[in-house]
Amino acid sequence: MSDTPIIELRDVQKSFGTLKVLDGVSFAVARGQVAVLIGRSGSGKSTALRCIDRLERIDAGEITVCGHRLADPKLELRALRQDVGIVFQSYNLFPHLTVEQNVTLAPMAVKRVPRAEARATARDVLARVGLADKAAAYPEQLSGGQQQRAAIARSLAMQPKVMLFDEVTSALDPELTAEVLRVLEQLAASGMTMVLVTHEMGFARRIADLLVFMHGGKVREMGPAGILSDPQTIELRQFVSHELAHAGQ
Amino acid sequence: MSFDFSSVFDQWPLFLHGALLTLELSVVATVAGFVIGTACALALRAGGVLGGICQVYVEAIRNTPLLVQIFLMYFGLASLGFHLSAFVVASLSLTVNVGAYTAEIMRAGLEATPAGQIEAGECLGLSHVQIYRHVLLLPAMERVYPSLASQFVLLMLASSVTSQISAEELTAAANYVQSATFRPFETFILLAALYVALSLVMRLGFAALAFVLFPRRRRLRMATA
Ligand SMILES: Nc1ncnc2c1ncn2[C@@H]1O[C@H](COP(=O)(O)OP(=O)(O)OP(=O)(O)O)[C@@H](O)[C@H]1O
Ligand SMILES: [Mg+2]
Repeated sequence: MSDTPIIELRDVQKSFGTLKVLDGVSFAVARGQVAVLIGRSGSGKSTALRCIDRLERIDAGEITVCGHRLADPKLELRALRQDVGIVFQSYNLFPHLTVEQNVTLAPMAVKRVPRAEARATARDVLARVGLADKAAAYPEQLSGGQQQRAAIARSLAMQPKVMLFDEVTSALDPELTAEVLRVLEQLAASGMTMVLVTHEMGFARRIADLLVFMHGGKVREMGPAGILSDPQTIELRQFVSHELAHAGQ
Repeated sequence: MSFDFSSVFDQWPLFLHGALLTLELSVVATVAGFVIGTACALALRAGGVLGGICQVYVEAIRNTPLLVQIFLMYFGLASLGFHLSAFVVASLSLTVNVGAYTAEIMRAGLEATPAGQIEAGECLGLSHVQIYRHVLLLPAMERVYPSLASQFVLLMLASSVTSQISAEELTAAANYVQSATFRPFETFILLAALYVALSLVMRLGFAALAFVLFPRRRRLRMATA
């Protein structure tokens, strides 16, 4: 593990119109680390994540990802996107392609990987997410959890240096959630650098090297998973008890 | 009244010739019109000056009768000094006509693509051209394929009006036969039957094309044309 962060946000400001969504957000993620963003709905978690992949432009501050300075006018957007994989709550698989074609499309089109090699990689990543037997299926023939794992495989096939996940289990029922979370935990164990947004507090506690609690567009508390047991701010205390109440514990 | 088809049937080589020309006209206009229409749909989606021009084209065609478009093309080109055969003018005007309808249909198909899929393409590092090719166009076409196929069959039927500028297609052939045999009713019954046959041929062709183009529909046994 190197000490220079692979993802770094410094004093990031972002508004949509007059609505300030990120108000001085700073955090850094080292290679191989898992950072988990938590916070109430509307606190700016998704926006922060989208800024890291330059799906949103920031108004001020600085973001560096895998050596790409996102404010650089000469930023190679497609090079950034090759280093960063992102998976959303809505899987967004391409419906007219089989699972395998979904996975091989970008390596073949973007990296010019020969078909045979792309298919070998596809078999490999599909096996990693437990979908080896679904290569020939079309997305609509899969369950939600399987579709989400296929979307993860599609991202992995590009061999990104960093993976971002935005509430990838929110649309799934508990059983399917568990199988997707298992894949994420294996991925983290394999050393992938990850930033994820989740409402699964138990999972966050297990997987996080760094917990980032956001509130009103600001990082209100940040630290190892232990901060959940000993909140320093009233906002995090309220958030934790609220989440526990909703988890029915 | 008594029917007598024999003298009409005797003219079968004329009918065959006309039917083949109608089919040729339709295939040319379908292929060229699809290319033009798709290009326009992309321009419409992108907006800008080119999109504006395409919008004017689409509206102009969709709000004027085909026959008027054919006359404009026929006499317009002649007055500009282009003396083209009736068949070429017929192909051109049918292409221009169906291109506008295709643009409208394809635009609807493109717009129905969920924004999340385009974003997924961008996040995978696909270029704009690659996104159009792999994420937008084929699914859009699949989505509107039944409408497209109907439009092209309609075009084949509408090509009948090009007989007005003496293009030698099927209706023109029938006109000639009825004046030679004095059997208009029989002639036009046969003509109608031939158009039905041509429609069936085109629909079969489109179904076969869908079979090749859209493997998903084949696998999931979805309806095509
Ligand atoms: N494209 C946009 N245009 C305008 N406002 C936006 C846009 N995206 C997000 N917002 C607003 O920014 C605020 C933060 O949104 P964001 O999606 O980052 O929150 P979040 O923490 O991910 O919430 P949730 O847990 O509900 O997903 C919200 O008030 C939201 O309405
Ligand atoms: Mg969100």
